[in-house]
Amino acid sequence: MSEPLKFKFDVQGGNFTSAGQASVMVKKNLRQLGLSPEIIRRVSIAMYEGEINMVIHAGGGVAEVVVYEDKVEIILDDNGPGIPNIELAMKEGFSTAPDNIRSLGFGAGMGLPNMKRYTDSMNIETQLGKGTKITMTVNF
Amino acid sequence: MKISAIKELLDAEIVCGEEFLDHEVYSACGSDMMSDVLAYVKDQGVLLTGLVNSQVIRTAEMMDMVCIVFVRSKRPTEEMVELANEMGIALLCSPKRMYEACGKLYMSGLTGNGEHHE
Repeated sequence: MSEPLKFKFDVQGGNFTSAGQASVMVKKNLRQLGLSPEIIRRVSIAMYEGEINMVIHAGGGVAEVVVYEDKVEIILDDNGPGIPNIELAMKEGFSTAPDNIRSLGFGAGMGLPNMKRYTDSMNIETQLGKGTKITMTVNF
Repeated sequence: MKISAIKELLDAEIVCGEEFLDHEVYSACGSDMMSDVLAYVKDQGVLLTGLVNSQVIRTAEMMDMVCIVFVRSKRPTEEMVELANEMGIALLCSPKRMYEACGKLYMSGLTGNGEHHE
């Protein structure tokens, strides 16, 4: 694998039913590449949480997954409202999701913490009113 | 524990994935909050939930879970059944409530042992 392999997805905002489709596709693609089940699971859970976040909070965005020789990089880029307080958002149980999202099984304040838990590095660039870009890596 | 044993213990009806009844599951998780499910790594697990939407199926797929039990006689939608068929996940419906369903499986030896991923 000399050239890194890229997968790019448009994530639709506001459509909770289809949320997660990109992550399911990524999981399928990574399986075909023959990566270990543990790596695949970590990448797809982190991406799934991020994708759900983009749908709930940001009105959608773009998800990109790049497979290198020694790692997988996940980049989630949205034009949403931004995160006012990252430290607070990283706390397990802190959530700004509306009640209707909670009744759908999300919004427990575990999204960002789970993304950090399953990846080796996570970087958040956010600007209020402009959007958020999250870059995560999972090393082999 | 085999999926067929779960079906018996919980008086459950199988909605799809009959071909997986002989599959073994080694751990279980009962929750209506999908992010809590995603916080714990389980291998070959079963998910018990009272939540009915497509994210339940996708969450199980992300966690490599092989069986979902809907408690309190909740029924998955056609779209969910289609997704589960695509992903090779067995769906069961049980009339039991969450507490009792989890208790029955636990007492029969399915003790969870999900490993917290740090």
